[in-house]
Amino acid sequence: MTKVLELVGISKRFGALTANDDVNLSLKQGEILALLGENGAGKTTLMNILFGHYAADKGHVRVFGTELPSGKPRAAIEAGVGMVHQHFTLADNLTVLDNVMLGSEPLFRFRSARTEARNKLMQISDRFGLPVTPEAKIGSLSVGERQRVEILKALYRDARVLILDEPTAVLARPEAKRLFETLRGMTKEGLSLIFISHKLHEVMAASDRVAVLRGGKIVAERDTNKTNADELAELMVGRKVERPVRQEHDIGAPVLIAQKVRLENDGETQLNNVSFQVNAGEILGIVGVSGNGQAALGALLSGLAAPTAGELTLDGNEVGHIGPRGMIMAGVGRVPEDRNSEGVVGELSLWENAVLERIRSPKFSRWGFVRQRAARDYTSALIKRFDIRGANPDTRIRLLSGGNMQKLILGRVLANDPRFVLANQPTRGLDEGAIAAVHAKLLAARAKGAAILLISEELEEAVALSDRIQAIVKGRLSAPIHADQADAQRLGLMMAGVWEEDENAA
Amino acid sequence: MTDAIDLLLNTSLWAAVLRIATPLIFGVLGALLCERSGVLNLGIEGIMTMGAMSGWLAVYLGAPLLVGLLVAAICGALLGALHATLTVPLGLSQHVSGLGITLFASALAYYLYRLIVEVGDLPPTIEPFEPLNIPFLTDIPVLGPILFAQAFPTYLALFAVIAMAYVLTRTPLGLAIRMTGENAHAVDAQGLYPTHIRFGAVVVGSALMAIGGAFLTTTAFNSFFPGMVQGRGWICIALVVFASWRPGKALIGALLFAFFDAYQLRLQTTTEGVPYQLFLMAPYVLSITALVLVARKAEVPASLMTPYRRGER
Amino acid sequence: MRLERRAHVPLYLVIVAPICAIFMALFLAAGLILAAGVNPLTAYAEMLIGALGSRLSITEMLTRATPLILTGLAAAVAFRARLWNIGAEGQFFAGALITAAIGHSLGVPGWIGIPILMGAGMIAGALLLAGPAFLRLRFGVDEVVTTLLLNFIVILFVGLMIEGPMRDPFAFGWPSSVPVDGAFRLPDLIPKSRLHIGLLFAITAAGAVWVVLTHTVFGAETRAAGLNAKAAAFAGISLPRTIMSVALLSGALAGLAGAIEVMGVTAGVTTTMSPGFGYAGIIVAMLAALHPAGVVASAIFVATVFVGADAMSRATGVPSFIADVIVALCLLTMIVALLFTTYKVRR
Repeated sequence: MTKVLELVGISKRFGALTANDDVNLSLKQGEILALLGENGAGKTTLMNILFGHYAADKGHVRVFGTELPSGKPRAAIEAGVGMVHQHFTLADNLTVLDNVMLGSEPLFRFRSARTEARNKLMQISDRFGLPVTPEAKIGSLSVGERQRVEILKALYRDARVLILDEPTAVLARPEAKRLFETLRGMTKEGLSLIFISHKLHEVMAASDRVAVLRGGKIVAERDTNKTNADELAELMVGRKVERPVRQEHDIGAPVLIAQKVRLENDGETQLNNVSFQVNAGEILGIVGVSGNGQAALGALLSGLAAPTAGELTLDGNEVGHIGPRGMIMAGVGRVPEDRNSEGVVGELSLWENAVLERIRSPKFSRWGFVRQRAARDYTSALIKRFDIRGANPDTRIRLLSGGNMQKLILGRVLANDPRFVLANQPTRGLDEGAIAAVHAKLLAARAKGAAILLISEELEEAVALSDRIQAIVKGRLSAPIHADQADAQRLGLMMAGVWEEDENAA
Repeated sequence: MTDAIDLLLNTSLWAAVLRIATPLIFGVLGALLCERSGVLNLGIEGIMTMGAMSGWLAVYLGAPLLVGLLVAAICGALLGALHATLTVPLGLSQHVSGLGITLFASALAYYLYRLIVEVGDLPPTIEPFEPLNIPFLTDIPVLGPILFAQAFPTYLALFAVIAMAYVLTRTPLGLAIRMTGENAHAVDAQGLYPTHIRFGAVVVGSALMAIGGAFLTTTAFNSFFPGMVQGRGWICIALVVFASWRPGKALIGALLFAFFDAYQLRLQTTTEGVPYQLFLMAPYVLSITALVLVARKAEVPASLMTPYRRGER
Repeated sequence: MRLERRAHVPLYLVIVAPICAIFMALFLAAGLILAAGVNPLTAYAEMLIGALGSRLSITEMLTRATPLILTGLAAAVAFRARLWNIGAEGQFFAGALITAAIGHSLGVPGWIGIPILMGAGMIAGALLLAGPAFLRLRFGVDEVVTTLLLNFIVILFVGLMIEGPMRDPFAFGWPSSVPVDGAFRLPDLIPKSRLHIGLLFAITAAGAVWVVLTHTVFGAETRAAGLNAKAAAFAGISLPRTIMSVALLSGALAGLAGAIEVMGVTAGVTTTMSPGFGYAGIIVAMLAALHPAGVVASAIFVATVFVGADAMSRATGVPSFIADVIVALCLLTMIVALLFTTYKVRR
């Protein structure tokens, strides 16, 4: 078979970090190639070089035998390469057709040929089975529909090689399955595909061939039917990292109870009739596809949002309306969803970040003045206790790696022996070593009797850590199931909202 | 009280509305274009000052009036290029850069004026644009003097509104500009250069602002003096918000504003016992009120004031 | 070419950057001086002599620097918290006006009256900025435009007052307000000069602001809120409260500048008493990279340019607007210089 795409000797450095190191990769006509790697392995950088967003330090890209000039997305598009970005590149306030048409016509033209464009879009949409409404605003579409628009954008520009960056990150399992069926159909139409993933099961299920990227290098290439998930896992991580295992132990009394909580924001219901209870020494896992109310649940439990109706109690005391500071003082530890935007202030030092949420407590301030020495000593102790590497209390926190940053956040949460811990996507974007460390810390807190609510989009993680699991779908929670009853199929159904039908039937 | 109503029925008031609105129309279109591409241009006040000075100076030194407008536009474009360089590829704070441009451009305009022009007791003057008095049309009762006896730049402004609306909504370039203001990453991902688009929008927008300034010295008045822009630039920035970033609404906003301004000027002369400063305050108070009324519902371009750097989200 | 964030900002860059920026601005302005047919070096020498050449000129320059320190602090405090207070000019006039209004008839001894008048000026400035801050928090109105427009409104209001109720019947020429009682004139710092103890107040204010920003809970919280509002909110810092406190502090500093200028220099209020102290404060703050201690130094620099340019203009005929050009250029070159202290250029 002919090679439609070749990456030859690609190297790219960012400062001291080598993102890609002499990467060679090729894609055959009609093939689905999975690019597998951990977070931080350099997958996205490699695809950004291929698409022309970045210029490689060394090496080049060939499409259908012709070398692409570096750093020019336009050249990649014209050569027939399309990219579906993980963070969609769509404008919410504009229509589907606007988003698709952009860049397809010469800029200086007296009039946009919208009618022709609409016809062409509908034709492609029919041919590939990707239905859309051309005049709908992107902002009104679901995540799955937006992804469809992203794919259509590439197809509209006559892409023959499609690159998808973590395409299932925002999809429910059934949606993901449908997506891969569509992609398979596209190969029959002559397209060739690369998809980037760190999820073994979908790599095994959907690809013809898999290339494993680790530390910026291709460490292995396998035909998918001649390998297995275990081998790929080991290749991907490169060393044996054992995630800690949850030990069964006795669960204590209820700590945090939510009863029929409703949360509205700008007239939109984000949480609807949500009830759950977290007991001492227990981890309650909340699973679900991104964008189903996790953010609202996180905001509620971290004190940023107050329930519109219903009750939230901690050890019997109402805590729904006491704000973040009140939550902290009541013994709630909070790990935010996005550590860079919510967890830390990057330009401040470690010590300032470590004490920021408790800065008004007498331990860290007196008469309105910050007790800097106490704060620095406290931070030094955290650094030691939580094994935060490559930093002292005065280092700016943005210089830490994601894993070390997360350790500091966990440290400031767990150092105060909280009654209840909210762990919102605690391992998002971390590599395997850091994931294991975070899991160990959470399990240790559980062993000490903390009640923990874990919000996770990684099913494996939720199942491994949680004692009980509930699914969140469109702002509603399923009934809890015990972890030992949680298999992939049942969780998949729960996350697709199938329990709701059961409820209605009952 | 009847005086106040009589004023409203006077055609000269309504003719003045269009005249007063003209610099605002240019300014608000310019600011709108910049902001639609994602760049706030607080250099407007200084760019209008520079436009007023340079346009006037060109004519004073012997150029035809139209060349004066062109000179103003070029000066505005150059200042726009400076603002664009600082805020687009370098990604500096649009607030600070814009204010810097305003301070710089105003100071430079005053400096050059003092340097080149001999100022006696009275500032020197030029022959400004005269009303066109379009044959026959001007003679239409009421509407004639209002619509068809304006000076050339006023018609240019009205044409600019239509052109801007057309370009933004009907052409590929307009789509690219709007998209850049909404999500620059999307533009890059489609093979266009968001930085080039922003640069171009700021340069053209600034040229429009400068023409607005030049209107003051080549049509409304016939001389240049420091402080003559009097916050019109800032009012334009407020009008853009009021207009929800739409050219058509911008025209309405500018006309509305000009109406109140023209009306207060006439009330000033007929009303006694009220300090004239209260009348002069009215436009500024009005602008703030308008902002308060619309700010909540405003559809701000989503990436306004967000610099674009590849690989940074 | 791309810009890459520096991991550490070397100390030498922090010091070298503003100096480079100033030299660059002077270099660019030299072209304009040349255009006037004057040797730039001669012009700059005249400026230095004009501002620093004699005891009198130095005191003049420091007199000019006094309000600039305070308006510079007002801008620095606000900008650090991403509150775009461009209204220091208006707040300056509000402080000046209230001081003059109360100060000509307040029947108390000077040592009580002066603090009262300074307090009144601060309150006036603070309240004037509280409005735009409130509009931003309540209605989402951008404070840049509101503070800018308020400058015009306040100055018109000053005009209204000094031509009406507060008119000084003995003033001839331009209208002015009734002067403040002699008991409330600030004592001279150096005899036979205009330099008054207001300079010490301004420097003290800079020290106080520095302590507040670096050592207090309020300082830490505003810094966090300015750098990352979302993370600050997550940590339980109330953003509306922070914005409002910063607005009050910033407005108070600018109002204090007005009060001190009236008590120290002009005695009465006129609409022309400020050659753009409020706007220049923005430049002062940016040149200082928003650092309170740097504000004192950069205010002295800006005052040197202004006072020096007047003298230079008299000596050489170069229009004195060159001073405004130079400081505005400094602002632009400084923000570029600041960029290169935090980023480095990579191919």
